[in-house]
Amino acid sequence: MTRQIVIPFGPQHPVLPEPLHLDLVMEDERVVEALPSIGYVHRGLEKLVEKRDYKDFVFIAERICGICSFIHGMTYCQAVEGVMDLPVPPRALYLRTVWSELSRLHSHLLWLGLLADSMGFESLFMQSWRLREHILDDLESTTGNRVIQGACKVGGVRHDVSNEKLGSIVAGLDELRPKLDDLVNVFVRDDSVKHRLGGLGVLTEQQAWELGAVGPVLRASGVSNDIRQIGYAAYDELEFTPVVETGGDCYARTMVRAKELFTSIDLIRQAVEKIPEGPVEMKVTGNPWGEFYARSEQPRGEVVHYVKANGTKNLVRFRVRTPTFTNLPPLLAAMKGLQLADVPVVVLSIDPCIGCAER
Amino acid sequence: MAYMKRSPWIIHYDGSSCNGCDIEVLACLTPLYDVERFGIINTGNPKHADIFVVTGSVNEQNREVIRNIYEQMPQPKVVAALGICACSGGVFRECYNVMGGMDKVIPVDVYVPGCPVRPEQIIDGVVKALGVLEEKRARMKAGAPAEVPA
Repeated sequence: MTRQIVIPFGPQHPVLPEPLHLDLVMEDERVVEALPSIGYVHRGLEKLVEKRDYKDFVFIAERICGICSFIHGMTYCQAVEGVMDLPVPPRALYLRTVWSELSRLHSHLLWLGLLADSMGFESLFMQSWRLREHILDDLESTTGNRVIQGACKVGGVRHDVSNEKLGSIVAGLDELRPKLDDLVNVFVRDDSVKHRLGGLGVLTEQQAWELGAVGPVLRASGVSNDIRQIGYAAYDELEFTPVVETGGDCYARTMVRAKELFTSIDLIRQAVEKIPEGPVEMKVTGNPWGEFYARSEQPRGEVVHYVKANGTKNLVRFRVRTPTFTNLPPLLAAMKGLQLADVPVVVLSIDPCIGCAER
Repeated sequence: MAYMKRSPWIIHYDGSSCNGCDIEVLACLTPLYDVERFGIINTGNPKHADIFVVTGSVNEQNREVIRNIYEQMPQPKVVAALGICACSGGVFRECYNVMGGMDKVIPVDVYVPGCPVRPEQIIDGVVKALGVLEEKRARMKAGAPAEVPA
């Protein structure tokens, strides 16, 4: 029998900006088993609800993760609004939709770049991040901040965006579209990309479903599951079909995210066309009492925020189930039998966000 | 700083940050800000690095990792704490698993507050770190230890 050795991967590893630690049990070049150990980024922010006012906690919820921060803030607000049964003004819901989709665009472009970097395709990494700056400019000009926007609040959004500005965002995205086409074309057609990604880290439909994969990982294995279809925010009034691929490998996961770029642009256009006039926030008085689950679709998959309140200004319990945490078991399954050199690519293929997963 | 004499290499470690600062560190390296034109490269090897760029706060689990990276870096070396979490713990200061800013475990030379820090601020912080690096180098040349004991 070949001798088994254990190679530590991380926590400080050049391919990931974040600390993920895996013990890779190897037989020669093959991974037999991958054992994760977590806790490098754990802050314990769920317990902070006991010290913060439920309205102020939006700022903490946004800082669960800096990449999908808007969607975290929004889902927390949805949960509190669910407990308090607040009728949020429709214009606020549409603005939330626009900002969610801009967040998804910037997150997917960021990920496409990181994936290219993990393959050693440096210029593609730079091109992805160059296009991503256009999206960040849109976010900055509408909310005042590039990464953590602070735009959502319980009962609406913090500022209105004029219809002219929304129109110019759509026009900007139309200009961006051919550039995105060129970028995505490289991921779809380039031989070296296909060779690095094709047939790697395969998850069958059965495996992905049973191991609890969510988001693009699940959709890449042929399951049509997109939480935006339950119609939170303004998604019930917009039309889209989830992007589904059947390969189940890293290439399919890349395709799902690449195609979702264009779904997001379409959703932003529809939202801007349909956005109603009116107020963007409502006065929120009193304290919440009860419990609520709010779900939404992050760039990485389904996120669940649970809140429990007892009528005081502090919540009793706040719990988040983040997509990266649920995508870890499928990742570990997909890693069995890999060559060591392919490990970084497969780890990145689930779009790991350790900040989310450990909170 | 009239012109840059050397190409400083940085090593980045995410303490327990939310990612916000980390993606801004990466954004500095990409075409819009492009610090590589000044010879600043993000390296993964502590032995190659001059500037330790660290985000997020300290906790029990990552304390040793941070100290290890710092100790592996050759002298002279500079630590830049990016983001309010690395400076003081920030919004997470009262969390049970946050011990506070980076200065709890390693000596910090440059503090760059902000939540998250903007790329312009990061570049400004790294430029300030370069000044500190030159001072340390001068001290070493004169035969004194690079680090001044606190």
